[in-house]
Amino acid sequence: MARTISYREAINEALAQEMARDESVIVMGEDNAGGAGSPGEDDAWGGVLGVTKGLFHKFPGRVLDTPISESAFVGAAIGAATRGQRPVAELMFIDFMGVCFDQIFNQAVKFRYMFGGNARTPVVIRTMYGAGLRAAAQHSQCLYPIFTHIPGLKVVVPSNPYEAKGLLIQSIRDDDPVIFCEHKALYDTSGEVPEDSYTIPFGEANVVRDGDDVTIVAIGRMVAMAEGAANDLAASGIEAEVIDPRTTSPLDTETILESVEKTGRLVVVDEASPRCNLATDISALVAKEAFGSLRAPIEMVTPPHTPVPFSDALEDLYIPDAQKVLNAAKAVVEYRR
Amino acid sequence: MTDTLREAYRVMRTIRAFEERVHEEFATGEIPGFVHLYAGEEASATGVCLHLDDRDAIASTHRGHGHCIAKGVDVHAMMAEIYGRKTGACRGKGGSMHIADLAKGMLGANGIVGGGPPLICGTALAAKQQNTGGVGVAFFGDGASNQGTTLEALNLASVWNLPAIFVAENNGYAEATSSAWSVASDNIADRAAGFGMPGVIVDGFDFFAVHEAAGEAVERAREGGGPTLIEVKFTRYFGHFEGDQQTYRAGEVAHARATLDCLKRFRDRVTDSGELDGPLLDDIDAEVAKLIEDAVSAAKAAPKPTKEDLETDVYVSY
Repeated sequence: MARTISYREAINEALAQEMARDESVIVMGEDNAGGAGSPGEDDAWGGVLGVTKGLFHKFPGRVLDTPISESAFVGAAIGAATRGQRPVAELMFIDFMGVCFDQIFNQAVKFRYMFGGNARTPVVIRTMYGAGLRAAAQHSQCLYPIFTHIPGLKVVVPSNPYEAKGLLIQSIRDDDPVIFCEHKALYDTSGEVPEDSYTIPFGEANVVRDGDDVTIVAIGRMVAMAEGAANDLAASGIEAEVIDPRTTSPLDTETILESVEKTGRLVVVDEASPRCNLATDISALVAKEAFGSLRAPIEMVTPPHTPVPFSDALEDLYIPDAQKVLNAAKAVVEYRR
Repeated sequence: MTDTLREAYRVMRTIRAFEERVHEEFATGEIPGFVHLYAGEEASATGVCLHLDDRDAIASTHRGHGHCIAKGVDVHAMMAEIYGRKTGACRGKGGSMHIADLAKGMLGANGIVGGGPPLICGTALAAKQQNTGGVGVAFFGDGASNQGTTLEALNLASVWNLPAIFVAENNGYAEATSSAWSVASDNIADRAAGFGMPGVIVDGFDFFAVHEAAGEAVERAREGGGPTLIEVKFTRYFGHFEGDQQTYRAGEVAHARATLDCLKRFRDRVTDSGELDGPLLDDIDAEVAKLIEDAVSAAKAAPKPTKEDLETDVYVSY
């Protein structure tokens, strides 16, 4: 039965259900207990934004608090994954990946290939990305394109609570390393989510909205915005097809190409900074594979190529918004009707 | 004990013979890429790994052949891997720097200095949570002792009270930079105090010293007593990598080979004490020589991977 819960609750529920189902699933990260070794432990934080709250007491010994020591505990999650556990590590903000990136991109992702297929590394690294919380340049980035670039790593970018639960359960059951990117500004958004456990396969895009006039591919938090823009476009007689890839690696190229072949127009909405991001990647794919179908140059809606600014006035200008998506869609439609 | 001694000698001799043969073969130009040899350090891998079984995992360094052999990785598969063959331990996708056998608990030679210690925290955690009684051993060099990953792992192992053993193999040089200059304390083992664990220094040319120190650490770890840092000091016989002209050092290798060598010392001790006799050790030498000869011949004759192998093993199918 579906009921309305938040994105944060959906992620928490996915973790709880998988931990109950499979005792090899363990959770680790900073402030999971919150006040470990002190009275604060009784009211464990559940991580800095409370995503794992409640699990520490519900699953004794399987929710591990860690020092602020990402190289060590992300590496430990990877090591435990090689020995039969299914660890889910929380790398607090995606911005901090620099300090533990070696463990991810030289260790976890290469074992399966480099050891000739003789290794399984079922580790999930949950991390929080995205602008909008006035958190400034070191706590607001969208770095999923960097992870997407790395062969051997699966990258999941859920756009709403339903997607978050099903994709996280799929991530935990996957035998390869998965980076699960949670948008901080989505945590308090709500949506219908089934109580029962379910999975959403990787590499299958969700067609959020059907339309014949323009294809809008949007990622993560941008999906709902693109859908809003599409509804506004419909009022002016333009039917946009909105596609949520769900996973940036593997990427469902087929659904994107089929849609562009139908509409002849593409807008890609990506909150990541614009050089070598998903917008450029998907644009290159379409330019190469569906050039003959295109009736207008591809539009990319992204932030400017700058660090994320702090001031609310600047950050609001920085983040792509529905109006920019709408303008881009109108531009490609009007280019050649 | 006699069985253990015989096994210790066999493993050390296998490592030595493997490395000396790879050294010769590399000079012919047939072996691709980088090769980092372990000869001279045999007592360390052997003295530690004789205490381990398949419950236990080790992480290694780019100088990993000795750890592989000591942990029971198939020598034929190792040699084939070094030659980049399809029959290699990693089907030709890893090479000398990445030989692994996860079924044996060998997590791979590691091309990243300091890459292994965090992984071993994880294997030790898994052993603890699964209640297997297993331990994790991270071998790392003096260079890696200065990496943040190593120091973080020492702290985490202590905080989580993990069955982990950290073996700092101090051969005096991180590539070409001496540890006398680069390690800001007299001994790497002194750093253990800062992480609330025992720190032990052993003579790495002495198999018995390593074996005893490792035995205590493994026993403590299996009994829930937490991690230990062991510093093993010795000299590596070859350069950092094959082809290294070793302009940064002079004299110590010849001295070590002549007076300190772990195999010679082991042989003298066990024959003097009467625990093993010379002909038996000679037989082991002959068996090992044949094994290495066969492995080299088989590796050279084995097929290389083909185009079909290029894109396999990236993603599990789903």
